[in-house]
Amino acid sequence: MPQPARVRERPAGGAIMAPVLLLAFDTATPAVTVALHDGVRVLAEYTEVDARRHGELLAPGIRAVLSQAGRDRLDLTDVAVGVGPGPFTGLRVGLVTARVLGDALGIPVHGVCTLDVLAFAVECDGPFAVATDARRREIYWARYTGPQQRDGDPAVDWPQQVAPRLAGLPVAGEGAVKYPDAFAKAIEPVYPAAADLAELTVRRLASGAALLPPQPLYLRRPDAVEPGARKPVSQPALR
Amino acid sequence: MTLGSGSVDLPIVLGFETSCDETGVGIVRGNELLADAVATSVDEHARFGGVVPEVASRAHLEAMVPTVHRALETAGLKLADVDAIAVTAGPGLAGALLVGVAAAKGYALALDKPLYGVNHLAAHVCVDQLEHGPLPEPCMALLVSGGHSSLLLVPDVTSDIRPLGSTVDDAAGEAFDKVARVLGLGFPGGPLIDRAAREGDGAAIAFPRGLTGPRDAPFDFSFSGLKTAVARWVEARERSGQPVPVADVAASFQEAVVDVLTRKAVRACKENGVDHLLIGGGVAANSRLRALAEQRAADQGIRVRVPRPKLCTDNGAMVAALGAQLVARGARPSALDLPADSSMLITDVLV
Repeated sequence: MPQPARVRERPAGGAIMAPVLLLAFDTATPAVTVALHDGVRVLAEYTEVDARRHGELLAPGIRAVLSQAGRDRLDLTDVAVGVGPGPFTGLRVGLVTARVLGDALGIPVHGVCTLDVLAFAVECDGPFAVATDARRREIYWARYTGPQQRDGDPAVDWPQQVAPRLAGLPVAGEGAVKYPDAFAKAIEPVYPAAADLAELTVRRLASGAALLPPQPLYLRRPDAVEPGARKPVSQPALR
Repeated sequence: MTLGSGSVDLPIVLGFETSCDETGVGIVRGNELLADAVATSVDEHARFGGVVPEVASRAHLEAMVPTVHRALETAGLKLADVDAIAVTAGPGLAGALLVGVAAAKGYALALDKPLYGVNHLAAHVCVDQLEHGPLPEPCMALLVSGGHSSLLLVPDVTSDIRPLGSTVDDAAGEAFDKVARVLGLGFPGGPLIDRAAREGDGAAIAFPRGLTGPRDAPFDFSFSGLKTAVARWVEARERSGQPVPVADVAASFQEAVVDVLTRKAVRACKENGVDHLLIGGGVAANSRLRALAEQRAADQGIRVRVPRPKLCTDNGAMVAALGAQLVARGARPSALDLPADSSMLITDVLV
């Protein structure tokens, strides 16, 4: 059942809004999720959870929501994309797709932190946290004082480092499911939904709230080690 | 080259290449090269002595849209003029490939044009058409780069490529990089060794020729043992307190590599009755490889074709060139769920 808070109200005063057709997607978690939003409601949704097939699923997902809603790509007015943090390879699929669509269709591309998308769907009184799987036994996480109020920047850490700082707060996202020893109170949702990303973006656009550029939140530097001194290939002489 | 009256009707193909550290976007019309824009992250990899996949992938994301526009500007075209999209689907670095494949799909979706996911090695063969016209069928292709060393019999670059042999360990370009490091020359090693070797004697040191024994696979290559032999030789020299003759080591190492490559390539041509040898990939820019191949091939009545260096290294024009051939032959476009395949087989030209 949709929460009243999540139904978008038309702005007071009967302001005339330009028609909106927003394509939203997020690939920063195992979920490949796509939605189409007309500024009032979600017209179509597509979600598939498969951590290894972001590159294969996203484009057909976009085509699917357009065709479900009976709309043409040329009708799109905006693109919204989850900018992570999330595993890099999947994350980049969403970002490069968003930038390319924005470029080819000549429409703006808005970025939203993926943890904010999860938080937006949390139904919980009081503060909570969102944690997604960062692999390598780490989580991407942030604290929230409410579904739309993040408290600080997203970070990447070990669950056992984060747990004491959350002091038993409920935790949404796959990180809570994956590390039950650290997070006793797992809450929904586990994955972000593009419908929420779309709704959040439409609200931020309407209220003039800041959106992010379509830049990935990697939070980690690339793994690369500068080589040290050259290793000899010859065997040292035995003595 | 003057354009035939029908050439303006040939489809315009936009090609994407991101299998390693070059973000390549090329535009061709038939066999005519209209643009070849490349952004490279090579400088970001230099201090690591090799390509760091995550660094390359991040650079591809940032370079993608600007490189597309650089290509369009060069060609004097708009995105709306593009008739088809081609992209390297593999082989290559998985994360890097995926940026190009996702970008190509995005453009295909937005422009509502067909998408062709193609083989990187086949594109390296096909690119020569942009410079030297249609490929003789069949031809022999020797592809040598930092990631590949292959001998391919190519009856039809769009549908029939037969691998005769490839490296069993390091790629030729990889050996150049590693030996350059041993000699303290820097990265990437190919051009640096080529330059150093010009001052040296290729016959100064007898480095081993891998897999050239009578019972060895006739068309496979091995460069790992050679690389180790060079390192041992240099270390022995250093231990004895003598200076390392960098030019002679570079020249002798280079001679060992190109000797094996050209000997096997010419033999492959002879055994298969093929009279055209095409050399492609980054190592094809090596001056000694080209000279020795031409000399040995001429002795056997074989013609050598080598595209200019910029078309030998990874680029988007080669992908567009193959895409244009596939369009011309009525090949079926790839589906939108086209995967990036890091270990794509050379026998699969089109996904």
